[in-house]
Amino acid sequence: MIKGGILLDQKKKYDICIIGAGVSGANIARRLSAYQLDIIVLEKEVDFSFGVSKANSGIVHGGFHHPKSQLKARLEIAGALMFPQLADELDFPWKRCGIVVAAMHEDEMRAIEHLYLQGVDNGAIGIEMCSRERMLELEPKLSSDVVGGLWVPGGGIVEPYRFVFALLENAKTNGVELLTGFDVNKASLINADGTEPLWQVSSVDGRKIEARWVINAAGLYADEVSSVFAAEEFEIKPRKGEYYLLDRMAKARPERVIFPVPTSISKGMLIIPTVEGTTLVGPTADASQDKEDVETVQENLDKILNAARFMVPAISERDVITTFAGLRPTLRGEFFIALSGKARNFVQVAGIQSPGLTASPAIAEYVKDILKKNGIELREKPDWEPRLKKRHTIRDAGAEEVDALCAEDPAWGNIVCRCENVSEAEIVAAIKAGHTTLDGIKFFTRAQMGRCQGGFCTYKIINIIMRETGLPYDKITKRGPGSEILEGAL
Amino acid sequence: MKSLSFDAAVIGAGAAGMAAALELEKRGFKTAIIEREEEAGGILLQCIHNGFGLIEFNEELTGPEFAERFTGQLAGSKISLFCNTTVVSIDNGSENKELLCYSASHGIMKLSAKAVVLAMGCRERNRGNIRIPGDRPAGVFTAGLAQRLVNIEGYLPGREIVIIGSGDIGLIMARRMNWSGCKVHGVVEIQPYPSGLARNIVQCLNDFNIPLYISHQTMRIIGRKRVEGVEIAPIENGALATEKAFVIPCDTVLMSVGLVPENELSKESGIRLDSVTGGPELNSMLMTKADGVFACGNVVHVHDLVDYVVEEARRAGAFAAGWLEGERPGFELRVKAGANIRYISPGSLDVERENRLYFRSLVVKNNAVLELRLGGELIKTIKAGHVQPSEMIKLDLESEELARARQMTDPVLEVSLGDRQP
Repeated sequence: MIKGGILLDQKKKYDICIIGAGVSGANIARRLSAYQLDIIVLEKEVDFSFGVSKANSGIVHGGFHHPKSQLKARLEIAGALMFPQLADELDFPWKRCGIVVAAMHEDEMRAIEHLYLQGVDNGAIGIEMCSRERMLELEPKLSSDVVGGLWVPGGGIVEPYRFVFALLENAKTNGVELLTGFDVNKASLINADGTEPLWQVSSVDGRKIEARWVINAAGLYADEVSSVFAAEEFEIKPRKGEYYLLDRMAKARPERVIFPVPTSISKGMLIIPTVEGTTLVGPTADASQDKEDVETVQENLDKILNAARFMVPAISERDVITTFAGLRPTLRGEFFIALSGKARNFVQVAGIQSPGLTASPAIAEYVKDILKKNGIELREKPDWEPRLKKRHTIRDAGAEEVDALCAEDPAWGNIVCRCENVSEAEIVAAIKAGHTTLDGIKFFTRAQMGRCQGGFCTYKIINIIMRETGLPYDKITKRGPGSEILEGAL
Repeated sequence: MKSLSFDAAVIGAGAAGMAAALELEKRGFKTAIIEREEEAGGILLQCIHNGFGLIEFNEELTGPEFAERFTGQLAGSKISLFCNTTVVSIDNGSENKELLCYSASHGIMKLSAKAVVLAMGCRERNRGNIRIPGDRPAGVFTAGLAQRLVNIEGYLPGREIVIIGSGDIGLIMARRMNWSGCKVHGVVEIQPYPSGLARNIVQCLNDFNIPLYISHQTMRIIGRKRVEGVEIAPIENGALATEKAFVIPCDTVLMSVGLVPENELSKESGIRLDSVTGGPELNSMLMTKADGVFACGNVVHVHDLVDYVVEEARRAGAFAAGWLEGERPGFELRVKAGANIRYISPGSLDVERENRLYFRSLVVKNNAVLELRLGGELIKTIKAGHVQPSEMIKLDLESEELARARQMTDPVLEVSLGDRQP
């Protein structure tokens, strides 16, 4: 992918500028790449999917948590239906494993019934209310104290960062330009009096681009971007969610996503069998004042384990490999996706909290329709390529297949990350795709994401980055400037 | 895909794997070692400090020197050493075990052997394993990774260091970082006593005036992008005194919070593990519950000294050779960890053989006495002197002492640590 340092063609006038390369921006970019438009995506971080999209539950929701009077519910239902085709085209890790909501007390069955009726009303396919026996049959890892619950076969799991990477890689194949390290701090209308407005968008580092339309998909910073464009005033309030990640060998790993009965502010603490084989437990839901605060707190971590163990007693502290936190960009509990009433040619895609990941493909459709309604001519590209070439991983390939890959490039036989089984060839592919930080490589390949958390492979990956990019040791970072790994040489 | 056949295959070319393989070769068996790193030697290669070999060679060697004694013998032997090669699965379903190996140098291989010796060593516990909350910045390393970066790769992971945990690697790294011009601001240990060897406390901390905060818990790591500090608080009378918490500013945190035997491969091939040690359950022949699969060294339980690893590995190699010659376990006497004992390895003894047990205390005690009970009856007491959890205890038992077990049904030998009688 194009790196942050590349010189821009300053004279080029883009049709569309998307601010933010998270799951919303990536879906919009990929969807619009089907049309004859010049599109650019601006990301302030050094890599894509480094904000809200990197730390969340990775769930494709089942369409029963919210009434369809809400935009987010309608987009959730529509988005969930789009995943099978997207996964087929873009080859990202996804599985329709189904969702169970476990009632641990008779009183909770009333809430289950409410969710059931809401799900039926929303058109959730195959949703059913379950007896205790049916629940234990669907998910044997549940505590025998479960009294009943809800079964939602349409729900699933997805690796969120791989989803974003795949969307952007495909968008790029179809001509979309991507810029990292572009931290938008100024915007002005160049020909405000003209019939066709043109935005000039500037970055903190002085780079500028020009575009006719701007889409604000800036996640946690959508409020700040909105004010840069003198558009609507609103406040994105971060709500923190802390998680535990369990080893892929954990006995507690369920077959389905397990939800508790939700509370008024959150869907509660879940147990999620991640699509790549580990188990995720969480999240908490706590208001935060700080958009960069992803600190984990002891009391919350204790709370997570206790809440999760109540539903799945096999959860053990011994299986914990890491803890982390993510932030939900909340805006009064609803998505705000609309043409700006204040700034010209400016589309707001803000407040995309849960079920944002699920809804994201439908958000892209919705934004496309807004653009169409407002006069953007959408002419399909005759040569649009919806498919991404399949990437090999030795984790999924059989021995025969790895043998064939090795014959072409011996690096396929060199296992760099022993915990997640990642070969040197996969690390090199990540670097060639533009992921040159340790975290970027982690999200792309899973190396460092397993039980040793990089204890064995970090030095190997550092050496491969230096070899492939020519970067000196002191430019190797965890996730961009300021997070340098090495402080000196001997 | 290559297919190769051996009498014995040893997984791992660290001290344990090399010693076991040399023993097998000495007995005339066609032996292979599979090693995932570029060369044989294991973690010894990055342990450039001295203190190795006092028991084995009666002299003080550095890690690489100790390894060289074995790699030298390997080079002069007929053992086939496959480096840059990872065993991804073991099929031990039949008499001939089949190892699937991935390698950049040798391609994909199927290697079959009648006996397998597991010698994969151990890995470091990390921040996540002990659930230290806080930010997740750059600058948090396991001590072993830092050791690799400094001693082999030639890079400094940081300048202002705090070490969490007083394991031996952490202590060694405190001294190493100090020698490299870094400032070590302290070693934080949650237990009321250090978990590393006494000699390392003296030589690596005291000699450099590095503070050791015993009975202190790490509350959180601070720093958005790079580490900026560590907050710690004392534990007083078993409770965390949060009001006395304080921050030690630093740019780097090294974690030395214990090692765990690395047995994912064993587990995936159906080998039963001991829930305390995390290593395979072994019988008196150091054989796992899978026939013909043996184990030795830190993959079984974490040893204090490489000298003990080598000693155990030689015995495992000899038992594997015996197995190939038709020897089978005899009358097995189960061993049980009694009062004040954390674990005992192996899990059973052969009443017709000389046996060696390794075990760890749960307590710090002076004038301790080992008590052996057979079928509940005290059969022997042995003075053990000073004991502590960080120092492994070794016990040899003669077959005569255990002979009575033969008359018992399901006999159990219980080993306890008590106080010396006045």
